[in-house]
Amino acid sequence: MLQYALKRAVLALLVALTVSLVCFLLVNLSTDVATAMAGEGATAETIDAIRTQYGFDRPLAVQYFEWLGRATLGNFGDSLYFRTPVAALVLQRMPTTMILGASALGFALALSIPLGVIAALKPNSWIDRLTLTIAVVGQAMPSFWFALLLMYLFGVTLQLLPISGGDTWLHFILPAIALGYYAAPAIMRLTRSGMLEVLESDYIRTARAKGLRNTSVLFKHALRNAVAPVVALAAVQLGFLLGGSVVIETIFALNGLGYLAWEAISHNDFPVVQAVVLLISLVYIVLTLLADIANAWLDPRIRIG
Amino acid sequence: MSNHAAALEATFEESLAGPSPGELLRRRVRAHLGLLLGAGVLVLVLLMALAAPWLAPHDPFAQDLARRLIPPVWHEAGTWSHPLGTDMLGRDYLSRAIYGSRISLLIGFAVVLISGVIGSVLGIVAGYFGGRTDLFVTYLITVRLSLPVILVALTTVALVGSSLWMVILVLGLLKWERYAVVLRSATQQVRNLDYVTAARAIGCPTWRIIAGEVLPNVSSHLIVVATLEMGSAILLEAALSFLGLGVQPPLPSWGLMISEAKGYMFFSPWLITIPGLALFSLVLAINLLGDGVRDVTAPEGRS
Repeated sequence: MLQYALKRAVLALLVALTVSLVCFLLVNLSTDVATAMAGEGATAETIDAIRTQYGFDRPLAVQYFEWLGRATLGNFGDSLYFRTPVAALVLQRMPTTMILGASALGFALALSIPLGVIAALKPNSWIDRLTLTIAVVGQAMPSFWFALLLMYLFGVTLQLLPISGGDTWLHFILPAIALGYYAAPAIMRLTRSGMLEVLESDYIRTARAKGLRNTSVLFKHALRNAVAPVVALAAVQLGFLLGGSVVIETIFALNGLGYLAWEAISHNDFPVVQAVVLLISLVYIVLTLLADIANAWLDPRIRIG
Repeated sequence: MSNHAAALEATFEESLAGPSPGELLRRRVRAHLGLLLGAGVLVLVLLMALAAPWLAPHDPFAQDLARRLIPPVWHEAGTWSHPLGTDMLGRDYLSRAIYGSRISLLIGFAVVLISGVIGSVLGIVAGYFGGRTDLFVTYLITVRLSLPVILVALTTVALVGSSLWMVILVLGLLKWERYAVVLRSATQQVRNLDYVTAARAIGCPTWRIIAGEVLPNVSSHLIVVATLEMGSAILLEAALSFLGLGVQPPLPSWGLMISEAKGYMFFSPWLITIPGLALFSLVLAINLLGDGVRDVTAPEGRS
């Protein structure tokens, strides 16, 4: 087990290093950093001064290792647009995105696990078909359009919920739904197929043969086993949701990482962009690592095979 | 032998042999409602995109500030000269919606072409050769999965300069991972089958085994992934354009139309419902087609 975990951790570290290289090159290959920093209308002398002052005239490899070294210590330099340290900016915006991500995932799980279980208990029934329809429709709905429709319905027509800002928990309801429904179809399908498989297994037949009550068989024996892979998927989905937060936070004016990324991208504020992309990638890498280890711990077949 | 007996024998043989695989496939296609519906809508949108100049009642770029924000014809203030109304610059909304299908379909097909080639090559090579090659490709896939697509695409497009072709290129270079994942495992299953071993035994060169034996036998997986990825690429372009960093005005991208209409949605909600519905129907049709192809080509996968 320990050996498996170590092997996975080494791979995760390697992936994280590569991702950091991509974040660095993404900016340095697509634009001339000194020109971008100098801003519009800057003279060639200003640009050259910035180039030497910040060391942009050195080889890219040297610059990368210096950037990586500082980034490891949490120093991403200063934001070009906000004029404050990037790390402080990111830390300040992070809680909003974490709350949004967690509540979006919570919404997705609360919607999809019960529906997936019911669909598996009555395959090919109307409720199974309904679940499938929700999944198919959900995957085709543009998230930003869905968010605007929610805004229009609940914020304007019914006037039930606030549609802009993040002051109270009420402000998070619509963004969480708009972001979370996208993760629901995959979780729903996995719960349904996992549950179908488990219900046909020998230990469920044994449990039933022992005369256990139906609810006890379902919840204590079946669901517990069927949900294990769902936990892993949920971790991966949370990573995707954080990436998708850029769209939803921009629409609902939620002051999180996604909104910060959008502001930074539209103002050519590349130190912030690099930090946010790197951070969201790292969260994804850590989540998948934890999910893999948890899965291997629950299911010995994975760590041996 | 009497005619009667011959006819009996013929039916007997037929029931033994059963319908041909091709006939079975045709029957399953005809019985699959989602597939028929999806294919039907996709063909309609394709025809609409091709015939846009003849279908559109007006020039999609022509502004008429005297005729701004006219509601669709089913409203009291609507008029048949603009069946879906006009936008905030007085451009005919039906014409823009019709031309918008061209952008979405172009994005869908072009991105699938680029990412499909990259992903399939990586997946088939990893699955066929295994070992270190496989490890390296798996590592590439993991790195790619760790990067948030929207953010990376937004950043690149913003730094290099946004245009329709830039969006296609960036999405094409980013969205290859699902092809690689699916084709890698499909190739692993095919690699040790008898016909591949036989091809190897008669000294067939590797590229011919891959092109002639492996590729045809994993192509049904490729079609399914390509269909689903096409829907996802169209949604991504719409999201990028919605955020203002994808297709640029005045091109009538459906995502951009929703973005431009955002500020007017409370008084003129049709401005966001029409392009949204168009986007939703197209992607739904493509996804239904993809799901249908998967059900029909791999009946054992149905549950």
